[in-house]
Amino acid sequence: MAFLDRTARSFFLAELVSGMGLTFSYMFKPRATINYPHEKTPLSPRFRGEHALRRYPNGEERCIACKLCEAVCPALAITIEAEPREDGSRRTTRYDIDMTKCIYCGLCQEACPVDAIVEGPNFEFTTETREELFYNKEKLLANGDRWEPLLAANLAADAPYR
Amino acid sequence: MIVHALAFYLFSIVMIASAVMVILSRNPVHSVLFLILCFFNAAGLFLLIGAEFVAMILVIVYVGAVAVLFLFVVMMLDIDFAELRGQVMNHLPVGLLVGVILIAELLVAFGAWSSAPGASGIALAPVPTAEGVSNTEALGRIIYTDFVYLFQAAGIVLLIAMIGAIVLTLRSRVGVRRQSVARQVSRPREEVVAVRKVPTRGGV
Amino acid sequence: MGFWSGFAIPTVVIVLQIVAIILPLLVAVAYLTYAERKVLAAMQLRQGPNVVGPFGLLQPLADGIKLLGKETIIPSGANRVLFVAAPMLTFLLALVAWAVIPFQAGWVLADINVGILYLFAISSLGVYGIIIAGWASNSKYAFLGGLRSAAQMVSYEVSIGLVIITVLLCAGSLNLSKIVEAQRTIWFAIPLFPMFVVFFVSALAETNRAPFDLPEGESELSGGFNVEYSSMTFALFFLGEYANMILMSAMTVILFLGGWLPPLDIPPLNWIPGVVWFALKIAMVLFVFIWVRATVPRYRYDQLMRLGWKVFLPFSLLYVVATAGVLVAFDWLP
Repeated sequence: MAFLDRTARSFFLAELVSGMGLTFSYMFKPRATINYPHEKTPLSPRFRGEHALRRYPNGEERCIACKLCEAVCPALAITIEAEPREDGSRRTTRYDIDMTKCIYCGLCQEACPVDAIVEGPNFEFTTETREELFYNKEKLLANGDRWEPLLAANLAADAPYR
Repeated sequence: MIVHALAFYLFSIVMIASAVMVILSRNPVHSVLFLILCFFNAAGLFLLIGAEFVAMILVIVYVGAVAVLFLFVVMMLDIDFAELRGQVMNHLPVGLLVGVILIAELLVAFGAWSSAPGASGIALAPVPTAEGVSNTEALGRIIYTDFVYLFQAAGIVLLIAMIGAIVLTLRSRVGVRRQSVARQVSRPREEVVAVRKVPTRGGV
Repeated sequence: MGFWSGFAIPTVVIVLQIVAIILPLLVAVAYLTYAERKVLAAMQLRQGPNVVGPFGLLQPLADGIKLLGKETIIPSGANRVLFVAAPMLTFLLALVAWAVIPFQAGWVLADINVGILYLFAISSLGVYGIIIAGWASNSKYAFLGGLRSAAQMVSYEVSIGLVIITVLLCAGSLNLSKIVEAQRTIWFAIPLFPMFVVFFVSALAETNRAPFDLPEGESELSGGFNVEYSSMTFALFFLGEYANMILMSAMTVILFLGGWLPPLDIPPLNWIPGVVWFALKIAMVLFVFIWVRATVPRYRYDQLMRLGWKVFLPFSLLYVVATAGVLVAFDWLP
């Protein structure tokens, strides 16, 4: 009897028909995707996107050129050179991130003792040339100035869990 | 009528030219493609004498199936044709002899050929005859009545050739693992999948 | 019979008729690509093209312009003439078959006696575009794709031929208009339902559509026969594939779904012109083409051959004999 049942099923293409029925029923379900450039999904405060160098509220840059981020970077994407400024404080003269090497692991922001280098919520920074992805200090500071409100909010939101 | 004549000469010239190219072209794949062109023009000639059924069957069987298999085989071949061509001189006398004899015999045969009175008039008619019998029907009537034994014999010859080809190539090898679709399909779900509730950190 | 009335005017009329068939066909091909993307997207819970124009309706145009603007690359090892000729052949064959398709009673460019044989011949030639492309590209993937398609299309043509014979037994004519007229009492899809399924599956294989798209096989052959093609040469393959899909759907409709005839010959339905019914039925079959693509995974090559030779061929052969037997026994031969 089971044999008859199986034969009948395969002759009437039961599996095929039920599969087709399944796909058809999905046709009228609500879409799982969104209209990306016009709509966006919420991002976690821990999202690791484009890098930024932050400043203190008085405008002084945070980075103290400890080079911990350079040391920890697994992709060797960060290059730092430093010398004392006129006022005697230790600051970077060069802070480059090669975004083509970066793997967005977030170890630099974990290593930073002063929350200077952070990975912000911006992930739409495509460029037309490779050279534009070799970020220097001005670009990173400009990113910091541009995203500061969000960066600060994200850090504050994540602080209780650290 | 002039269009008809022009079409006839176009088809026949292209057909002869491509038949020559089948032999002359250096690349075997090109040879097969010229052969296909030749078949096509033959089909065109059949159409011109109003034998549309034969024309279509020629295209379906020879161009659509046989030549595809030719092409298939020729593409897979890795023969150094330049080397083969070097040996052509050894076989030339025999080939020429066979060719000359064949042509002579054909000439003798066609020399003694006389067509029935009025046959040329029928052959030139570009459309099926006016009695409303399409040539598909006419062919069917002749093949399945007058020539039914010959037709069946041709079928048997083809069948024998087919069985022969299969027997020659079929090897019974031991230790081959084959897929049995029926067995796969008939396996019940309980035998294949087990859904377990795995506790966290407990493992299976 | 002067030059004008005997030759020039008929020629112009025929050219105009050809244009009247080709233009809507090309628009249909363009929008079939759009419909396929939309339907697939809907079944996979995605959006589909929706940016270019309202509901993305101008997407086919944008794609066409994009392909036109790209560079045609001919690989240095390729056979140049055949490489360029192959896509042209594919596209040409997809269009040339429409000469015998009856859109409505009397609406046919060439009402020839052996229409169905002509269609069958043209569809069996479709393999050449692919096999020549595969060979001329001088690339391993393309060559493998070409070989696969040659074996596949030849195998499934056999069962298509037997299905056509079954229909011919019931219709009693090789003329497509007469085959449609023979379905006035009942569509052949109902008495010959198993053959309808066999024909449809073989049509999928014949057009290299999923689940039989092994010649393309993008996951293992990275595009198969058209891996070396770019720009308009690729576009011609693309258009040819979709035109072939429409052609096979038209063939399905003519052979099994009663062509231009309405489903029931009653007033509200038979007021609608036949060509509309014909287009609607083609659209329905095309939807099933896309639906199958959304549902079924690609066949493995040996399974494909098994299905063609060990399942469809004996089954359709048996059905031909059975149909002939029934027709003779009950004296139903047309």
